[in-house]
Amino acid sequence: MRGFLVVIGIAGLLATGTAAARSDDYVLTIKDHRFSPEEIKVPANERVAITVINEDATPEEFDSSALKVEKVVAGKSKGIVRIGPLKPGRYPFIGEYNEATAKGTVIAE
Amino acid sequence: MLGALIIVFREVIEAGLIVGIVMAATRGVLGRGRWVTIGVGGGVLGAGVVAMFAGAISDAFQGAGQELFNASVLGIAVVMLMWHNAWMARHGREIADEMRRVGVAVSEGAKPLTALAVVVGLAVLREGSEVVLFLYGIMASGTSAASLLAGGILGVAAGAAFTALTYFGLLAIPSRHIFSVTSWLIALLAAGMAAQAVQFLNNAGLVVALDHTVWDTSWLLSDGSILGRMMHTLVGYTERPTEMQLTVYIATLFVMFLLMRIARPSPRRRLPVAAE
Repeated sequence: MRGFLVVIGIAGLLATGTAAARSDDYVLTIKDHRFSPEEIKVPANERVAITVINEDATPEEFDSSALKVEKVVAGKSKGIVRIGPLKPGRYPFIGEYNEATAKGTVIAE
Repeated sequence: MLGALIIVFREVIEAGLIVGIVMAATRGVLGRGRWVTIGVGGGVLGAGVVAMFAGAISDAFQGAGQELFNASVLGIAVVMLMWHNAWMARHGREIADEMRRVGVAVSEGAKPLTALAVVVGLAVLREGSEVVLFLYGIMASGTSAASLLAGGILGVAAGAAFTALTYFGLLAIPSRHIFSVTSWLIALLAAGMAAQAVQFLNNAGLVVALDHTVWDTSWLLSDGSILGRMMHTLVGYTERPTEMQLTVYIATLFVMFLLMRIARPSPRRRLPVAAE
């Protein structure tokens, strides 16, 4: 079991390299306290890096307990959110500072 | 306004729980009020600085600066809490005895109050910087800012009241039990912080081993709810822990109790941390 988990860990480590290289593939833009796109598809069972671009002047916190991420993105700036490996499914996220409008979903498939 | 109140309150109670527990854990120690005040004051200042440099921190280390910063802050707090508990295992009995004999305050100069002041400061800094960023966003966005800002300020006040409630609630515990209770609380607090720190390292892309989710109890208690947040701070609850988080949680508890056992004085008399 232990050895198996370590192997998975190493595989994960290798996967990071690939995910980092492809982080430009996944981009979320925040504008007027809304995410665009509001649904973003990523491959399941892989580590993925999503670049979050905040075009608003105010900071936003990308927050998702489902994705296990809390990340503040300053105004007029960008941040990288690293997630996964995810089982296939839908994972909601919000912009914590503007919860009423800033909502979205990561779809792993 | 209610929304702002809730968001701010949510952040403040996390720091508030920690401050309340630290206050209770230092019950009867002379000068603790000053140290806790220094901790809170330093934390508020630090929160402002962190919020101001949020962009720069975030950009550092190939975009993983914020995660590394959070992990370091939590890591330092864990070490300080371990130090405190080890110290308490050695001296807690004397303090409790003396408190019973002479009433309340005890002059205990050697107490590592600095350690707890640092813990308080870091807790306020971490949660506070989010509050500052949120309130800044409100102020910058204009229109209904005044009512939102009022909500934010009320949120801070409610959080402070909650801190007082935690403290006085813990004070209701009889003095001969209070240090064993606070030692447990602090051990769980530290384990939860360590588990959270390792998840930040995962988000930074550094510790990616054992990153599979072990269970999902979001249907039962969501991380986003007020109760979920409180349990997160108190015992490290998270709705979807990874294998690594569980491993680190258990390891931290183990190291904590090992240190307390080593620090414990050897004489025959009954020991302060023995289960009562």
